[in-house]
Amino acid sequence: MSIAATGLKAELRRAERARKRRAFLLVLPLLLFLIVTFVIPIGDMLRRSVHDTELAGVWPRVAQQIGDWENRSRLPDEALFAALAADLAESRENRSLATAARRLNYAIDNGRSLVFGTARKLPDSAGSWKQAIIEAEPRWGDVELWGAVAQASGPLTGFYLLQALDLKRTAGGDIVSVPSNQAVYVDILLRTFTVSLVVTLLCLALGFPVAYLLATLPTRLANPLMILVLLPFWTSLLVRTAAWIVLLQEQGLVNEAMIWLGLIDQPVRLIYNRIGVYVAMTHVLLPFMILPLYAVMKGISPAYMRAATSLGASPTRAFVKVYLPLTAPGIAAGALLVFILALGYYITPALVGGAADQMISYFIAFYTSDTVNWGMAAALGAVLLTATLILYALYNRLSGSAGMRVG
Amino acid sequence: MHNRTGEEKIWTALLYGVSGLVLFFLMAPILAIIPLSFNSSTFLTYPLEGFSLRWYREFFASDSWLRALKNSFIIGGASAVLATALGTLASLGLARTNFPGKGLIMALVLSPIIVPLVITGVGFYLFFAPMGLTATYPGLILAHTALGAPFVVITVSATLQGFDLNLLRAAASLGAHPVTAFRRVTLPLIGPGVASGGLFAFATSFDEVVVVLLVAGPTQRTLPREMFSGLRENISPTITAVATIMILVSLALLATLELLRRRNERLRGAKH
Repeated sequence: MSIAATGLKAELRRAERARKRRAFLLVLPLLLFLIVTFVIPIGDMLRRSVHDTELAGVWPRVAQQIGDWENRSRLPDEALFAALAADLAESRENRSLATAARRLNYAIDNGRSLVFGTARKLPDSAGSWKQAIIEAEPRWGDVELWGAVAQASGPLTGFYLLQALDLKRTAGGDIVSVPSNQAVYVDILLRTFTVSLVVTLLCLALGFPVAYLLATLPTRLANPLMILVLLPFWTSLLVRTAAWIVLLQEQGLVNEAMIWLGLIDQPVRLIYNRIGVYVAMTHVLLPFMILPLYAVMKGISPAYMRAATSLGASPTRAFVKVYLPLTAPGIAAGALLVFILALGYYITPALVGGAADQMISYFIAFYTSDTVNWGMAAALGAVLLTATLILYALYNRLSGSAGMRVG
Repeated sequence: MHNRTGEEKIWTALLYGVSGLVLFFLMAPILAIIPLSFNSSTFLTYPLEGFSLRWYREFFASDSWLRALKNSFIIGGASAVLATALGTLASLGLARTNFPGKGLIMALVLSPIIVPLVITGVGFYLFFAPMGLTATYPGLILAHTALGAPFVVITVSATLQGFDLNLLRAAASLGAHPVTAFRRVTLPLIGPGVASGGLFAFATSFDEVVVVLLVAGPTQRTLPREMFSGLRENISPTITAVATIMILVSLALLATLELLRRRNERLRGAKH
């Protein structure tokens, strides 16, 4: 190989590298922007589901001493009780008692009254803090209770994630189900999945014929009909939800139409319950089913069906045996997309559902802004995000990158 | 072969019937709410009592609704501009060449569409509240930029797929600086795509309410946020007027996008 040729090769490689660098530099601003405003905040939120320094922040001595409590089947010794006394006194002084009380209330039955009661009854000084504290509140003589305090002291805790699945860890470290009167989260998860599944099936049942019609009609006729799908798709979610509230209310058009048709005598309750949620969510998500189905059906040559019928298949048989299998990628993409979007729904159930129809997103927002239980919000967020990302990976595999085109 | 059997006729009739009902279902809410906004009655029921513009007058006389309208345009406009700038640059980089980690970057760039809004909102709220960015315009604009940018990337990337790189080589061989070539050759050709991306980003912000609920303060409430409050308390017919105005905005967006799509097709067609 001549020197000139190697020189040229090296130069080409250099030019190629420079090109790649330039391309990457163009992507970099958006990448950095999303890392700062999106990736890091969500990562930080997820951290809160397992990293908990709330109690340790206000009760530092307890958090430190509890690490030395080795034999967890026996009560801790004087040093930890003395630390508790000192921390209680200090947090009374600097008004952080409520934080400790709130945090322990998640982990212990009536933890709030326990903390405030102990603080109130605690003497100024004592020969044995262990004796004095157990005298003030006998529950401190319970090993189980100290186990719960130890778990709440962090910094790492599985408490919130376990609770998001209605589980808890006993003082001995075993994972058990929480008592049935406290078990709420599995119900919420099941409800979220049920609503999403029903909405997905409704969208498929309603969307399939429309997509088929749009894909088989001549363009001249299909285009105006497509507007009927795209206009609601582009209309604000709030507008559509407002419209459903108006339509489904007791004196709404739907009830009046059903009375007029003689289907019912009395107005029925169609809103602020599950029916309202199904109707409004199906309406909002239907275009997300129709559009991918339409895209796949548009690519199916009518020659296949003609071939099948010319070979003697009845139209029904040709449709079931030939056409339907060819639409499978569209069905999978549309159903997964609708299901993924439905899982995260918050606004529509909040406005047209009742108390028993709220989905997981509602509780994430509720724990964030109403009760300031960020650990629980983060744990439920972790569950929702995990489910979403697994399904999204599946969706990507099934539909390829082309499936990402929305609208 | 067109021997339409009875079986086929039944299926066709069924197809038209069911599709007609579903399309009616899709349009019914929009069609039902518009007439109510012109109704003189305070009840949100049919039949209509009489024509009146009083709910529109109430909208334009209400400080909180007008502020919400203004906020929607400020936040939507600013986040669309930012998202368009960041998204277009990124699309140009992603379209040009393969570099290590491109698949991962693409997945990350598109993820704000898929991640449930409540998670994006809670993450943003918890992370930026200590920095004083919540309940401010910049905070909300940044959050909405992150939500809108993926749509710009999708739209502009699709436009760039039909873009002939030889045009840039020709420009370079004629002595054009890369920036000049971008301004004089690339931008006019992908312009409609960039504009569509910007409209998508605007529409995303204009419709978004979950992040606004979590991140905005009382002075940054947007139209959807104000509607959310209105729908939770007792519903005033003013909401139907707001809804009609928002439907008009959607129609305008949809029509503009269609015009841009046609223009884009013409530009592509002219190349061959």
